[in-house]
Amino acid sequence: MKIGVCLKQVPATDSPLKVKDAVTGVDLAGVKMQINPYDEFALEEALKLKDAKVATTVIVYTVGSADADARLKDAVARGADELVRIEDAGLADADSLGLARALAAAAKADGVGLLLCGKQAIDSDNAQVPAMIAELLGWAQATECDKLELSGSSFKAWVAAGGGARDVLSGALPAVVSTDKGINSPRSPSIKGVMASKKAKVDVRDLAALGLSAAAVAPKVQLSAWGAPAPRPQGRILQGSAAQVAKELVGLLRSEAKVI
Amino acid sequence: MGNGILVIAEHEGGVFKKSAAELVAKAKALGLGPVTALVIGHAGGAELGGFGADAVLTVTGGDTSRYSVATYVSAIQAAIAAVNPAAVFASAGAQARDGMPRLAARLGLGVGADVTELRLDGGALVGRRPLYAGKALADVRVSSSPAVFTLRANAFGVPASTGAAAPVSALAVSVSGALTKVVDREAPTSSVVDLTEADRIVSGGRSVASKDGYDKLIRPLAGAIGATPGASRACVDAGFAPHSHQVGQTGKVVNPSLYIAMGISGQIQHLAGMRTSKIIVAVNKDATAPIFQHATYGIVADMFEVGPLLQAELQAALAG
Repeated sequence: MKIGVCLKQVPATDSPLKVKDAVTGVDLAGVKMQINPYDEFALEEALKLKDAKVATTVIVYTVGSADADARLKDAVARGADELVRIEDAGLADADSLGLARALAAAAKADGVGLLLCGKQAIDSDNAQVPAMIAELLGWAQATECDKLELSGSSFKAWVAAGGGARDVLSGALPAVVSTDKGINSPRSPSIKGVMASKKAKVDVRDLAALGLSAAAVAPKVQLSAWGAPAPRPQGRILQGSAAQVAKELVGLLRSEAKVI
Repeated sequence: MGNGILVIAEHEGGVFKKSAAELVAKAKALGLGPVTALVIGHAGGAELGGFGADAVLTVTGGDTSRYSVATYVSAIQAAIAAVNPAAVFASAGAQARDGMPRLAARLGLGVGADVTELRLDGGALVGRRPLYAGKALADVRVSSSPAVFTLRANAFGVPASTGAAAPVSALAVSVSGALTKVVDREAPTSSVVDLTEADRIVSGGRSVASKDGYDKLIRPLAGAIGATPGASRACVDAGFAPHSHQVGQTGKVVNPSLYIAMGISGQIQHLAGMRTSKIIVAVNKDATAPIFQHATYGIVADMFEVGPLLQAELQAALAG
């Protein structure tokens, strides 16, 4: 079985970010980038299935410019086999549904039997693309999954059910599974993998190659008026012995902040 | 173009979540026409009239008693067909994150996710939402009809009920095309409110030093004020607290009234997850820790010394 992994390049979590202006949004020039952390779990899950001989081929998909190729090659260094990058001017302002249409078309064309995605990308924070792909392909879905078991063509997935509860889902492949922290511990690149990644080719596809028109991926969600969060008001440091500050703090929480 | 707002009113065993009243009240306050609450898996909901619902539609029977994506999507699809709303609101929680994108893909709708503000601009809804886990904000507009928005819990507030009752009617829904089955449900490991919905949170950093340290310092302090225990990424990665407790850009983004950070230095990725907390208390023995630049009240001290004293003071204050 071929397993697909959707991977997005995002600013590193330890990067301070600045909003350039209200129209452009966040200024990514010179910002360190990384694989979206939740997508690393998706990639690792696919690689584990390859180790277990369940997957024959791991295909990694991304949408974007050649800037993302370094992240794709990082995936090869860890053990992925094929790299697909979807790039088209028609996707420049794509919303989740547009991205899902492009990714779904690519995964379908490649005959993928299981598509793994991170539960959300930590830049746009939408958490929409995986379930949208599942619907577009008519596949089963398991979102925010922190344990996955495959047995032949059926699967069991442990997924977030709100309030800390988990639902155990059973279903049949093909399926889209979005991964949460806790499902595995992503591996580091191997030396052999790093060598292989240097020769790895990226298969670049545009919308026409996917059988899609720009109109089909036109966004219905628009972002504007970007801004930075308001700075928090200046706080204060309480002075005195541990007993004094504990007492003073509780007094302030009650009488000034009114939160207890 | 539709009229009014359809609100997905979530409940747990027939008891409405706070977000149900919060969303209904916000929908009403926008003045975009009638507010219809959709209740899946419970035959009641008249009390939502007290928060502004003009009508309540219920979907019961079959396999609706607990959440499944097939039921959720089918029910909302039927409700949209029945009331033709201009907008659909759902709470930005596990159900909507799983089901709403599937519905949106089925009907070709746009979803404005996780908004913390909503206003009308020339008759169109405009949300404001955090991106990059709150490192930036932007307005979000949705051009589909209906426009779908998911609203972050605790961002809008719940007014007092007027006591009015809304008319309740049943909506017939045929659920088809279920591709997965819920074969088991694992209850939460604790009875406290989930971090994303919590009004009070006490979080620990890696300096709790062990699982035992976390369990003996953070959990009782949280317990003293009915708070949900949280943790930094470093604390979780060290194995001192479960990953479900992680607050930050790669964990839960939280929005409580009170956030107490114990031994947390305040890495960018942690701050991103909790910076919208109304009151932030930081306890750290390192006076230069970045967390102090964001704290409402800071205590420079050993948290193992201050923690139990604070716990005793809080217990005394709440008992008095």
